[in-house]
Amino acid sequence: MELKEIIKPENLVYRRTPLLTDATLSYCPGCGHGTIHRLIMEVVEEMGIQEDTIGIAPVGCSVLAYDFMDIDCSQAAHGRAPALATGIKRLWPDKYVFTYQGDGDLAAIGTGETIHACNRGENITIFFVNNGIYGMTGGQMAPTTLEGMKSSTSPYGRNSKTMGPPYKITEMIARLDGTYYVTRQSVHKPGPVRKAKKAIRIAFEVQKEKKGLSFIEFVSNCNSGWKMTPNESNIWMEENMFPFYPMGDIKVDGKLVES
Amino acid sequence: MKELALMKGNEAIAEAAIRAGVDGYFGYPITPQSEVMEYLTLQKPEERTGMIVLQAESEVASINMLYGAAGTGKKVMTSSSSPGISLMQEGISYIAGAELPCLIVNVVRGGPGLGTIQPSQADYFQSTKGGGHGDYHLIVLAPASVQEMADFVDLAFELAFKYRNPALILSDGLIGQMMEKVELPPQKKRVTEFDQSWVITGKHKGRERNIITSLNLDPDKQYEHNLKLKAKYDSMQQDVMFEKIECDDAEFLLVAYGSSARICQKTVDLARGRGKKVGLLRPQTLFPFPTAEIARMAKKVKGMMAVELSSGQMVEDVKLAVNGKVPVYHYGMVGGKIHSPDDVLHAMEEKYIGG
Repeated sequence: MELKEIIKPENLVYRRTPLLTDATLSYCPGCGHGTIHRLIMEVVEEMGIQEDTIGIAPVGCSVLAYDFMDIDCSQAAHGRAPALATGIKRLWPDKYVFTYQGDGDLAAIGTGETIHACNRGENITIFFVNNGIYGMTGGQMAPTTLEGMKSSTSPYGRNSKTMGPPYKITEMIARLDGTYYVTRQSVHKPGPVRKAKKAIRIAFEVQKEKKGLSFIEFVSNCNSGWKMTPNESNIWMEENMFPFYPMGDIKVDGKLVES
Repeated sequence: MKELALMKGNEAIAEAAIRAGVDGYFGYPITPQSEVMEYLTLQKPEERTGMIVLQAESEVASINMLYGAAGTGKKVMTSSSSPGISLMQEGISYIAGAELPCLIVNVVRGGPGLGTIQPSQADYFQSTKGGGHGDYHLIVLAPASVQEMADFVDLAFELAFKYRNPALILSDGLIGQMMEKVELPPQKKRVTEFDQSWVITGKHKGRERNIITSLNLDPDKQYEHNLKLKAKYDSMQQDVMFEKIECDDAEFLLVAYGSSARICQKTVDLARGRGKKVGLLRPQTLFPFPTAEIARMAKKVKGMMAVELSSGQMVEDVKLAVNGKVPVYHYGMVGGKIHSPDDVLHAMEEKYIGG
C-alpha cells in the first residue's frame, strides 16, 4: 500500500488533541508529565468544556503547564493551588476547575490547603503527580520519597527514623467526607494510560454533577532525578513505588473501596 | 434620605463591602478585626447580594483564595491584622506581580511578633514599601474615622481596578473598634463592570487563552515587567489624597494619618488656643504619598513633626519629601499605648522653635 493511500481520514487511529499547544514540552524525555497533560486535555476536548475550564499550575516541574494547555490558567504559589481553585470555584460554581500538583507542592508545603480543600468538599479536581522527588529543584527528598531511596538531600537513602517515613496523603484525604472520588493511577504503559484517562473522565463528570472533590494520584517516574534511563525508571517504579502506592480506586461514589 | 448608623469601624467595612457589590470575602479570625467576618456572616450576604463569604484555614489560604478569585475579575477582598498580614505577604507579592485588583484590609495591632492586640501604626513600612519579596507597591488608603472605613471600600476597588493593583486599607485597632455615626453608602449592584479582557473565565473561541501569572523565566521579559510596574506606581501620584487642617498660616506642621491624625486634630486646636500657628497634614493615601505637597509646605513652615503610633516609620517619607529644608521630628507612642492630644502638644512644644 502506498503512503497516500494510508493517510486518509478513515484510517486515522490517533490525532493529537488541539488543546495541547505547539510549545515544546519542558519536561525531560521519558517523564510522565507530558502523557498526563495530554490525557487531561483529551478529556476536556471530548467533553466539550474548553470554554468553561480553568487550570491551576503549581510550583515545580509543571510550573509552566499553562504553556502547554490551551485553556485559561492561573499560576499558583508553591502549595497553594487548592486555595486558588477554591477562590475561583466559589465565584464561578459552573466552571470546571482543576489543580495540577507535584508531591512536594501538594503533600509537603501545601498539606494544609490540600486537606482543607478536600475536607470542605470543594467541587474541584486535584491531579497529583507523585514521583517521590522534587524534580524542578534537582532531585531533593520529597514527603513521598520511599524508605531507603536516595535523593540529593538523602544521599545515603531516606532514614525514616530521622527524616520521617513517606506518607500516603491520598489514603488520608480519602477518609474525609468532602472527597467523592479518589483513585491512584499511572501512565507508564498503554493499559494504565487507558485506565488513567477513564479516571480523568470520571473526575470531570463528578465535577459536572457537583458531587464533591475528585482526586487522582498519578504515580509517575522521574528518570532524571532517579538517575536512570526512562525504561529503567519505569521498571524501578513498578517494583518499588507500586507496592507502597498501590494502583486502583480508593473511594468511589463517596464510599471507600473495600481492600 | 441619608441612611445613618452607629457602628464599629470593622462593621462599617463589612457593611460597606456588601453595599459596594463585593463578590467574595475570604478571611481568618484575628483580633482586633474579627468583627469584619462575624458581621458579614451574620448579615447573610449570600441572600442580600449573592456575595460569597468563606472562612479559610489560615491567612495563607485566605490570601491565596483571594489570588485565585481576583483572577476572575470580580470584586474580592480579605481582612486581617498585623501577624496575619505578615503571613499573607507571599500571596500579596504574587497578586501584585500578576497585577490583580483586590482589597486587603489591615486593622493593625502592635508588634513585633505576637505583640499586643492594642492599636498600633507600626505596619507602615510593610504596607507602603511592598511588604513581601520583589519590587512592588500596594495602593494604601488610611481611614481616620468610621465614616472613612466605609467610604474607602468603594474607593479602594475603584483604584484597584483602575491600576490593576491590590489596594490596602491600613486601619488600626482604634479605628476598627471604636463606634461612630456613619452615613452608609448606597447599595450597588453586584456586577463587575470592568475590563474583562484579561480574566480567567474559560478560553472562549476567537481569543487567546488568558494566563494569570507572575512568572517570567526570561530576564528580558521580567525586566520589561518591572519597568512597566514602576511606571504604573509612579503614575499613581495623580490619585494622591490628603487633608489639610489649619495649614494656610501654619508655622509648624504636624503630619499624621489614621488614628494619630484624629488625635492631632485636637492638638492643633489646643496649640491654636495658646496662640501657636500649628497645622496638620493628613495623608489619606500613604501610597501614593503626598510628597509634593509636603515639599511645598516645607517652604512655608519652620519645622514638621510626624506623629504616628510607632517608633518612626512614616517620618522617613516626610524627611525624603522635605529633603533637609526644615527640621523634621518624630513623636509617637509604641507598644499599643495611645498618645493623647496633650502628649503631642508637649512633644511639639519641646521641638517647636520659639515654643
